[in-house]
Amino acid sequence: MESPAIELSDVHAWYGESHILHGISLSVQKGQVLTLLGRNGAGRTTTLRAIMGLTGERRGSIKVHGVETIGMPTHTIAHLGLGYCPEERGIFASLTTEENLRLPPLLSTPRSTPMSEEAIYTMFPNLAERRQSPGTRLSGGEQQMLAVARILRTGADILLLDEISEGLAPVIVQALARMITTLKAQGFTILMVEQNFRFAAPLADYFIVVEHGEVALSFPAVELATKQAELDVLLSV
Amino acid sequence: MTDLFGIPLPALLSQLLLGLVNGSFYAMLSLGLAVIFGLLNIINFAHGALYMMGAFLAWMGLEYLGLNYWVMLLLAPLVVGVLGIFIERLLLQWLYKLDHIYSLLLTFGITLVLEGIFRSFYGSSGQQYAVPDALQGATNLGFMVLPNYRAWVVVASITVCLAVWALIEKTSLGATLRAGTENPKLVQAFGINVPRMITLTYAGGVALAAFAGVLAAPILQVTALMGSNLIIVVFAVVVIGGMGSILGSILTGLGLGVIEGLTKVFYPEASSTVVFVVMAIVLLVRPAGLFGKEK
Repeated sequence: MESPAIELSDVHAWYGESHILHGISLSVQKGQVLTLLGRNGAGRTTTLRAIMGLTGERRGSIKVHGVETIGMPTHTIAHLGLGYCPEERGIFASLTTEENLRLPPLLSTPRSTPMSEEAIYTMFPNLAERRQSPGTRLSGGEQQMLAVARILRTGADILLLDEISEGLAPVIVQALARMITTLKAQGFTILMVEQNFRFAAPLADYFIVVEHGEVALSFPAVELATKQAELDVLLSV
Repeated sequence: MTDLFGIPLPALLSQLLLGLVNGSFYAMLSLGLAVIFGLLNIINFAHGALYMMGAFLAWMGLEYLGLNYWVMLLLAPLVVGVLGIFIERLLLQWLYKLDHIYSLLLTFGITLVLEGIFRSFYGSSGQQYAVPDALQGATNLGFMVLPNYRAWVVVASITVCLAVWALIEKTSLGATLRAGTENPKLVQAFGINVPRMITLTYAGGVALAAFAGVLAAPILQVTALMGSNLIIVVFAVVVIGGMGSILGSILTGLGLGVIEGLTKVFYPEASSTVVFVVMAIVLLVRPAGLFGKEK
């Protein structure tokens, strides 16, 4: 059987002395959209960062396309086909929009077809107009578009998206939802962290609720209705 | 003879030129310090010693190997750059996670070791290095006599500074460097080998110091302590310009050289302290420096 795009087994991760992930196990199949739900501080962002090797110490096993990455430096992990969009968007203030877009290099072994700049500017016309503006002059929505656009340019086939709908106007959130649907249809594997359940619900194939750095609940989208009560309890503040 | 505020114009202009020459050295050294500080977040105290090494390598190349000035102008920065790679890989890389004070102490220690080595071999008195043939003599501009070599130093260093500025601000390599200065972790998550970029940036920064050292060899005494004499002023320049600003460090370097030169004409007693007076005033008015951004 083909190996999953991402497979975590018993992953522990630390920031300095603080032990954040306490044995997370999950797998994301190719072409699947998986959403990590949970309260703030539950360890969802840390799960994405652990996959990229951006936490402190990591233990357990994290495989990307069947390749063990636990001992790899971050830049080598990225080249396995990962595109990472951080929670704070990570648009560089000292770079123009175009420089931000061109910053991530083409991955050495691209698994999907890298999206051309024209295709990106067609998908995100606002960015084309603002090519020469400093990246942080863009509106919040445009910055989010840019943060996603630049990882589509690299040939990554697995997208790690952290709270992309956060703090954006409803019309932008709808545009992002359409974008995810398009990307899913193109065969991208997407692992996303979401606070906005209404945004994530129609998009995801699979849900995982993280609590205290562990998987508290996991179920496919078809079971959403039957799990709703349990979910409400886990997500209530 | 024309006078300006009671000072003969040629005297004024020659001090201005001298100020520009000194300013050129300040600019090149503070530029390297700014680039290194931006990406590595360390204050490279060894910068002065590596500048001194550049000057000594120029002298040694001619003395022992018969390599002329022009060859050493390329070779000395290369040798010092390679030394920089070793310093970063073997020593500095272990200190990034610790407080600034550790890298400051380490690079200060490297300074003492390097200066000690050169002093024990060559003593404290200076080595003479002749101005290369092509740049000997002076050109009479009518209103002043311009020594060719000093003109070359100013032109060469401004050219190099602008080239470095363009490389950082206008190219994709520079964009990666700027991004790395802002958020190295994220840049690495895009698949860019940031540790290697850090090593090469350090090497480039210290190579620039060595280049300045070779330029300085024919006009200053080549001594083990020539870097220490300069580096204190250069740190003041970096503070005035604002840490981590590329254009800021170039302009501040040249500007302060000129201010220093003019002070020598109008009030010589203050010429060695004027930079620090400016620093104190700038820190009072703009704590982040003239071109620095408040954090």
